[in-house]
Amino acid sequence: MAYVPLADQDAETEMHHPHSWVTKYVWSQDHKVIAIQYGGIAIAVGCVALVLSLLMRMQLGFPETFDLIDPSSYYQSVTMHGMIMVVYLLTALFLGGFGNYLIPLMCGARDMVFPFLNMLSVWVYLLSVLILMASFFVGGGPTGAGWTLYPPQTSMAGTPGNGMGIILMLVSLAVFIVAFTMGGLNYVTTVFQYRCRGLTMMRLPLSVWGILVATILGLFAFPALLVSAVMMLFDTLLGTSFFMPAIIESGTPLDYDGGSPILFQHLFWFFGHPEVYIVALPAFGLVSDVLSTHARKNIFGYRMMVWAIIAIGGLSFIVWAHHMYVSGMNPYFGFFFATTTLIIAVPTALKVYNWVLTLWEGDIRLNAPMYFAIGFIFTFIHGGLTGLFLGNVVIDLPLSDTYFVVAHFHMVMGVSPVLVLFAALYHWYPKVTGRMYHEGMAKVHFWCTFIGTYAIYLPMHYLGFLGVPRRYYAMGTTDFIPESAQDLNTAITIAALFVGVSQLLFFINIFWSLRNGKEAGPNPWGSASLEWQTPDTPPAHGNWGDELPTVYRWAYDYSVPGAHQDFIPQNTPESEEPTVDDQHFDPDHDVSKADL
Amino acid sequence: MSEAAVSEAGPTPGVDGLVDDWSADKQTYHVPWGKAMMWIFLVSDTFIFTCFLTGYLNVRLTTTQPWPPQSEIFALSFGGDPIPLILIAIMTFILITSSGTMALAVNFGYRRDKVKTFWFMVATAAFGASFVGMQAFEWSKLILEEGVRPWGNPFGAPQFGSVFFMITGFHGLHVSAGVIYLLTVAFKVRKGHYEKKGYEIVEIAGLYWHFVDLVWVFIFAFFYLL
Repeated sequence: MAYVPLADQDAETEMHHPHSWVTKYVWSQDHKVIAIQYGGIAIAVGCVALVLSLLMRMQLGFPETFDLIDPSSYYQSVTMHGMIMVVYLLTALFLGGFGNYLIPLMCGARDMVFPFLNMLSVWVYLLSVLILMASFFVGGGPTGAGWTLYPPQTSMAGTPGNGMGIILMLVSLAVFIVAFTMGGLNYVTTVFQYRCRGLTMMRLPLSVWGILVATILGLFAFPALLVSAVMMLFDTLLGTSFFMPAIIESGTPLDYDGGSPILFQHLFWFFGHPEVYIVALPAFGLVSDVLSTHARKNIFGYRMMVWAIIAIGGLSFIVWAHHMYVSGMNPYFGFFFATTTLIIAVPTALKVYNWVLTLWEGDIRLNAPMYFAIGFIFTFIHGGLTGLFLGNVVIDLPLSDTYFVVAHFHMVMGVSPVLVLFAALYHWYPKVTGRMYHEGMAKVHFWCTFIGTYAIYLPMHYLGFLGVPRRYYAMGTTDFIPESAQDLNTAITIAALFVGVSQLLFFINIFWSLRNGKEAGPNPWGSASLEWQTPDTPPAHGNWGDELPTVYRWAYDYSVPGAHQDFIPQNTPESEEPTVDDQHFDPDHDVSKADL
Repeated sequence: MSEAAVSEAGPTPGVDGLVDDWSADKQTYHVPWGKAMMWIFLVSDTFIFTCFLTGYLNVRLTTTQPWPPQSEIFALSFGGDPIPLILIAIMTFILITSSGTMALAVNFGYRRDKVKTFWFMVATAAFGASFVGMQAFEWSKLILEEGVRPWGNPFGAPQFGSVFFMITGFHGLHVSAGVIYLLTVAFKVRKGHYEKKGYEIVEIAGLYWHFVDLVWVFIFAFFYLL
């Protein structure tokens, strides 16, 4: 087929130029405004989840002190904290927020391929958040079934929120999936079909790769959650028995028969495990770009980083049952899923090595985003190593229902992605707002968060080894848990309160800097990738002025020998600066070694 | 310029060539944006129906009561002996016929024959609507005459009714949405709305329609025949 550069093709959509304040900032079809809307909603709802976690910690650290928290509200806090953080904050902020902002800019596009659908996506997302928040105000309160919503206990008497609470949760999830699908189709199609001239897939920044593969995972994994939500809604509202076996509630046999609770667990985790990587892969991508830019060095082993992202994405669909070792499966399943789970450590470890090798002999600039990015490497290695423990059936069985698991997944998919989020928010803040954040305040924020989270989660591993069960409202006195465990719990709570409060530094910083930050200029970090080369900062509607950019090189030309400065923007022609990217795929020519 | 660089390189053989070609600085798929997006959506939708059918097969295994005999329940009598699955067979035939008319509409669309495209799309939509109508007949017969409910039925395992209403309902929603989609596009075709943009939209609507038909084949095989 004849080669037709993208830029020479007719744009398939006309630009929707905003005419009033409302179409510019409220019903906006501009991907940048939509990104900020997504981000704002996600961070706001994330703050709710943060407060819930502090309520839980106060109960655990100082039992029998606060009247505010009873067993029901404790379980409701656990559930809502988990679900909000995983789905409504992390998924929405990485894909809806950063995906929306960065994909068109990094691909040299004017907008997403279908801006109207993109706008619908954010408003449907807001609707799902409102439905979820509404469950705080209905009779019985929100559901307290745990974020995994395992039946049969979700709808049984004794579980808080077993009426309207669980119904609103399931409806909200279904609405969220509709919103995600509308956005996700846009992100994938934009990356595949709307790259600018010269921008091959293998020249894309890793941020785009991470977001692209994560979105594909989402499009394939969320259907399982949708189906399980629909089936559970039927069980709750119509009295069907998809997930409900014959069961007795407070001495009365219920009108259920022959359903399979394990089926729900399979469907949930077929969504739930890819969901881990829906959160992790964008984080991997964003942190790669931050590390490379601030180390003034190309990312080590770019092609392997891309293949690792794809391999992790593929493998993430065949590991789900490692969440179910204690559910009562055929032991051979455990063997299979333990094997696939440990195999996934290979591409993941490859990425960690490559991040460290990117730092090696780099001209490291310790800006605040770099602090968070390096902090991420620590927390991610830490959480990844405990994952090797839990991936093995025999080690998982005793640890599964203890604080060890809480510590593991908070390190690996709580703290680590959040550190990347902060790195990315600080890194791209100058492009989004045109002003610099306050560097000192950001660094204080980093140290409070980094040391604080370690103070929270390191002791939790020890609590787990002691056998302290998770999801308990209060420990009471038991023979096998020493009383000193309570002292540790108190210390963790103090650390958690400290970390929670210190997040105010972030909010003060970004709002204060909107007015008082220094003018950032178009490219304060000296970054090579395309989003820093826009004619306006912040980028104007349409991003690129009259003419779309042309890309001549990958996004990682830092410290190239013979270049005029220590970075070469992607849109600098070969005639002006040397080319060292690996477009010719010569396996013997390792670009990574070029400047070692 | 970049064209020179690309055209000089020439194709590389083997897997590397495939990767090079797929990831080159052109559209990854040589199709309009809407068509690419529809394909991705359909793959995602496939996962939804796969999960529904897998869930159905699973509860059919776990339920403690015998599975009702579908061929008798879905039998219909025209004066004489009841013929098993006759209504479902007619519905399947109609839906597959509608795929044929849809394919003709796509063909006439690319030939820019607005009138024929319009009428074949309307015919497709009419087949779809009659499918939904027969489904409504089937539902009301089961609910009113046989006493089948989502939570139980007189024939055996209660999951039979649950699965039936859920899966055929979800598929029926897809068909209904497709009928509305087809009619919208058909009337726009007649108005000449796509004269400038081209008639890929007919094919995109057709993709969705064929997908809905294909899903029905699986539902027919797994739910009615198995």
